[in-house]
Amino acid sequence: MTVNGFCEEIVIAGFGGQGIMLTGKLLAQTAMKAGKEVTYMPSYGAEVRGGTANCMVVIAENEIACPVVGRPDSLIVMNKASLNKFASRLKKGGLLIMNSSLIDVDPEVDDSIELVSVPADELAVELGSPRSANMVALGAYLQKRGYLTPNAAARALPDVLARRYHKTLPVNIKALQKGGEYTGNNRNY
Amino acid sequence: MCGNEALAESAIIAGCDAYFGYPITPQNEVPAYMSRRMPEEGRVFVQSESELAAINMVFGASATGKRAMTSSSSPGISLMQEGISYLSGAELPAVVVNVMRGGPGLGNIAPSQADYFQATRGGGHGDYRTIVLGPSSVQELVDCMPLAFDLADQYRMTVMVLADGILGQMMEPVVLEKKKGRELPPKDWALTGAAGRKQNIVRSLWLPEGALEELNNKLLDKYKQVEKNEVLCEEYEVDDADIVVVAYGVAARIVRGAVSRAREEGIKAGWIRPITLWPFPTGQISRAADEFRIFLVVEMSNGQMVEDVRLAVTGKAPVLFYGRPGGGVPTVDEILDQIRQLTLRPKT
Repeated sequence: MTVNGFCEEIVIAGFGGQGIMLTGKLLAQTAMKAGKEVTYMPSYGAEVRGGTANCMVVIAENEIACPVVGRPDSLIVMNKASLNKFASRLKKGGLLIMNSSLIDVDPEVDDSIELVSVPADELAVELGSPRSANMVALGAYLQKRGYLTPNAAARALPDVLARRYHKTLPVNIKALQKGGEYTGNNRNY
Repeated sequence: MCGNEALAESAIIAGCDAYFGYPITPQNEVPAYMSRRMPEEGRVFVQSESELAAINMVFGASATGKRAMTSSSSPGISLMQEGISYLSGAELPAVVVNVMRGGPGLGNIAPSQADYFQATRGGGHGDYRTIVLGPSSVQELVDCMPLAFDLADQYRMTVMVLADGILGQMMEPVVLEKKKGRELPPKDWALTGAAGRKQNIVRSLWLPEGALEELNNKLLDKYKQVEKNEVLCEEYEVDDADIVVVAYGVAARIVRGAVSRAREEGIKAGWIRPITLWPFPTGQISRAADEFRIFLVVEMSNGQMVEDVRLAVTGKAPVLFYGRPGGGVPTVDEILDQIRQLTLRPKT
């Protein structure tokens, strides 16, 4: 939390194996390249594929006080367990990006929350890359918030993606853009 | 790079010749990183069989005049205390990084500041001190490493870098660069082979009558020099403050956010952030207490540094405490509420 100017606190959460940490690192890297102050804090410890995973990213114009996010401005949830855990922590007027492919309930959140449902897994499958659902969701988020673009994230992706996965760069970049187009084109999420 | 990796690379840049360690969360990235980078640099990496072994390997490497370090987290640091006491008795330089987690016992793996007493009081036996640095950002953690090695070599002491799970795990932008270090005394005491010179002896056993007392007094003189010359402390808007919040490490950056918000609300708040936890900035805090104002100490524990603040304030002003133990992390809002209450501002 900073005093003046732009500050966005984000929680990204889902199953272990959904690429939650990578998504957070990519967001942080993209913001850093854009000259913002940024912190990235992973949940660490017993996270394994299939368990729960979350990370916290703070992006601001000024020095960041706390990397631990208590009440996020935005929440990206990739599965139901994460929605249940974090939705109530969203700030009033916050943004909830929800992976509707894996969440079949209407979230119980304050009326002031803007809800964006993105069928991230379906859209990723359409691209032939089911594991890119995280990129779809991030693209949707970036397009919605507008302070960074999905294309800026695409440019930062090679910095955070392990080299052995670089052959997946093109499809992940497409996934970022597809997520962006989804929120850009749809008004009825 | 997360804080753990950044501190490891910084140690390499600072000329660390040997790293010995045993894995423990939340500092596993340090040995993992060192296991790759130290051999690349042609230096020594050993994953020891235990923390006891690691600290005694540091003793051995340091005795030969090399820059040696280890890292661990709270339970592992407890196991190293005997070795740190021996290092202190033998006047060997060493750098120990503690990425603190919740305790006592195995506790948990969440960030904590509960090892302040252990670090600043010397967790091992005997009359000794360690220099303790408490960085509050990944950049400062990086900057601490060359300073820690220089201080260790200059004073032939153990320097502990007291970080926590947040600093170790979080990522934020850092600049890694080689800076010019201090002018350091030659290590003419080191065990480098006695051919052509008088033999050197490194030991912590001083049995002859008066020998240990003499050593202890020599250490005392050294510690006085450290207290005189090496205090590091940062402060913000203390001069006109009605309330001064004292915190170190990660807690200090959360306090910084809360104090800025308090100022926006018109509350005259300031903060003092000790960077060296020993030597403690007693003088700065005592001076701040010369005018009447409230002191609030914030820690991720149930109150340890608060005792040093009270010793510095010497009853001149009230010293209150707010803490979150066992892996809890205070929020900006929680601290702001404390500041409001203590300055009798209504909740908003």
